[in-house]
Amino acid sequence: MSAWIFGATSRVGEALARHWAQRGYDIVLSARRREEAEAIASDIALRFRVRAHVLVLDATDIDGHEAAILAMAASSGAIDHAALVFGDMGDQEGSQADSAAAAHVINVNYTGAVSICETLAALMIEQGSGNIIGVSSVAGDRGRASNYIYGSAKGAFTLYLQGLRNRLHEHGVGVLTVKLGFVDTRMTWALQSGLPKATPEASAAAIAAAVERGENVMYYPRFWAGIMGIIRAIPEPIYKRLKIG
Amino acid sequence: MTDIWAEREVSGWGRVPRATMLCARADHPRDVAAALAARGGEPMIAHGLGRSYGDAAMMRGGRVVFTRRLDRMLAFDEASGVVRVEAGVSVEDLILAFLPRGFFPPVVPGTWFVTVGGAIAADIHGKNHHVAGSFGDHVRAIDILVASGDVVHASRDENADLFAATIGGMGLTGVILSAEFAMERVAGPLIDMESIKFENLDEYFAVNAESDAFSHTVSWIDCTTRGDAMGRGIYMRGRHSSVLGAGDPFDAGVVDDAMKLVNARPFEANWLLNGLSIRAFNTAYFNKQLKKRVAAQAHFKSFFFPLDSVRGWNHLYGDRGFMQYQMVVPDREAVREVLTEITGAGMASFLAVIKDFGATCNGGLSFPRPGTTLALDFPNHGAPLLALMERLDRIVATAGGRVYLAKDARMSRDTFREMYPDWEAWRDVKERWDPNHHFQSEQGLRLGLCGGASS
Ligand SMILES: Cc1cc2nc3c(=O)[nH]c(=O)nc-3n(C[C@H](O)[C@H](O)[C@H](O)COP(=O)(O)OP(=O)(O)OC[C@H]3O[C@@H](n4cnc5c(N)ncnc54)[C@H](O)[C@@H]3O)c2cc1C
Ligand SMILES: NC(=O)c1ccc[n+]([C@@H]2O[C@H](COP(=O)([O-])OP(=O)(O)OC[C@H]3O[C@@H](n4cnc5c(N)ncnc54)[C@H](OP(=O)(O)O)[C@@H]3O)[C@@H](O)[C@H]2O)c1
Repeated sequence: MSAWIFGATSRVGEALARHWAQRGYDIVLSARRREEAEAIASDIALRFRVRAHVLVLDATDIDGHEAAILAMAASSGAIDHAALVFGDMGDQEGSQADSAAAAHVINVNYTGAVSICETLAALMIEQGSGNIIGVSSVAGDRGRASNYIYGSAKGAFTLYLQGLRNRLHEHGVGVLTVKLGFVDTRMTWALQSGLPKATPEASAAAIAAAVERGENVMYYPRFWAGIMGIIRAIPEPIYKRLKIG
Repeated sequence: MTDIWAEREVSGWGRVPRATMLCARADHPRDVAAALAARGGEPMIAHGLGRSYGDAAMMRGGRVVFTRRLDRMLAFDEASGVVRVEAGVSVEDLILAFLPRGFFPPVVPGTWFVTVGGAIAADIHGKNHHVAGSFGDHVRAIDILVASGDVVHASRDENADLFAATIGGMGLTGVILSAEFAMERVAGPLIDMESIKFENLDEYFAVNAESDAFSHTVSWIDCTTRGDAMGRGIYMRGRHSSVLGAGDPFDAGVVDDAMKLVNARPFEANWLLNGLSIRAFNTAYFNKQLKKRVAAQAHFKSFFFPLDSVRGWNHLYGDRGFMQYQMVVPDREAVREVLTEITGAGMASFLAVIKDFGATCNGGLSFPRPGTTLALDFPNHGAPLLALMERLDRIVATAGGRVYLAKDARMSRDTFREMYPDWEAWRDVKERWDPNHHFQSEQGLRLGLCGGASS
């Protein structure tokens, strides 16, 4: 059994890796920083006595994705779960002012994610099994002035995952779209909000449980489904006047 | 970019003082370096699991960096038991990972919710101090981020001055990023133990004198009775059992599991722990054990960490918080004087613990030295409590003893200097590595260990 985490140096990714390792999965940890990924790999191997491999990959290095993933797959065997957790919120004002900055946000959250998913999809079709888990965001459900560059990239990723699920279904491969609300990580450290932040550990456990149940789309924390339902229902003539976060 | 700094309320375990200050939380070692570089010229201090009682891990008007998420185990040698871990790894993490392999942390405090960084910075002691020394004695090397921004490898051979000053150094020499130390080999999760009732202080010393065969000793002592029964209590002594396996460390028994669900926060009230309820508890606890001597096999969790089963028990003291007074004195008469002073003051201590330390003494700001240590919790009575503690300080200082910095929130600078004669030599080392005092805590400022320019 093996589970792959892309974006293993994020606390959500690390929590997912620990969750699956505790249940006996060998783990492939993909990240752009080798040293940190190796620290996480030793930790997982020591705590849970499973094998943990490191795959150094930058989400924006699209040309390198396929070869790197295939090489790792050749040595580590069938992939049960592959979770794409990496993401980059960027800086909205920076992205507005500098198209290279905007393109970077789009490349990490969307283009890079698509490139990795396509390689995984090909492998899993060949296996005839597997699950792809794409970590998207509630920010992708409706555009907002304060983060629409990031939001649009996540929204595109959400749409992509929907299509991918439709395509992979007949091959016995599952696709889970995870729309995170607030999780207590570096991304939300300085965020002041009345809404509670989920722990990375609880988020990981919920994601893994949703994979087991074969869910298609999940919000986490769950109440975000309700919030986004309301936000999506606001008519555009009104919505465009609102200032939300 | 999201900001790495955010306002958070910070306090020690006693919840006095507590205040809001700018904090960062490190996910990786690089984040600690980034925080140091971007601290806006203000001083900074590390904060682990916040189990020190007072103001050691906080800094109003400065910055705090949380290290708890630096929690990776980096290397382990099954043959020697030597482990290398990031500084935010907790004693709980270590036990859960290594007890199934037959290893236990060399020294553990009365709670497993402490980080390795905090264990080194306070040079913590356990029930086995008389045979194993303190945590620092087992540390072979550390990697520490110092004021220059460099990560320095320090051990007894390399950068030995920094290494020694960091053990017990209360975070003031830099932020420990990782540490290497030897774990102790054990057979399983059980402890062979005996509890012996003692009727007064003399009897405590008598039982202690004949307990050499036990690697772990500690006693609960009733600080509410005066006269002949002053210092009565229960002496607990034990050792890791040679009984193999016997369940895994996750299985702490039904009672423990039920206790886990108990959360003290809803009970928070200033009146809950008052003189009356404290006296009643102490009497009930003393009378619970009917026989003079009881031998039993205990699970390590109830032997080492009995309080951990009530989550957030520090909230039982209510909003006013509480303080702990822990001191060590080289002679028995001073112990008696301290007890007399406390029982006479009518400020009951809910939990009091007494233990004799062994011979090892690490110098610098490290607390343990040969003698008897007594630790007492007090609801925060305000001025009368502070006055009592001042009187206790006098007795302790006169006897050549000292107060534990990890428990301290109020000691005066003069008293501290009297109790820790090595302070000047320690400060010289601090200033060699941190000339502009980038690392400061409220406690360090109060005690005159740091202060001055930070830039
Ligand atoms: C119920 C209970 C029982 C206890 N029993 C004992 C006992 O039996 N024996 C004993 O010795 N102590 C005992 N203690 C005290 C406790 O062991 C120490 O205070 C320990 O330092 C707490 O670790 P922490 O991770 O919570 O550190 P914190 O309280 O967060 O910090 C303590 C100090 O360590 C520094 N520090 C933390 N991490 C780092 C780092 N990475 N680098 C540099 N400095 C750092 C901080 O700056 C601060 O000065 C007990 C505490 C409680 C609450
Ligand atoms: N936290 C929330 O409330 C929240 C809400 C909605 C959605 N999300 C999503 O949840 C996921 C996890 O985020 P998080 O909260 O755990 O934050 P995080 O710690 O900032 O995680 C971001 C991760 O993405 C990686 N990454 C960034 N750029 C990369 C690149 N070019 N190539 C490869 N990896 C790259 C980062 O690697 P480095 O460590 O090397 O920087 C890091 O591992 C993200 O997809 C995020 O968008 C989070």
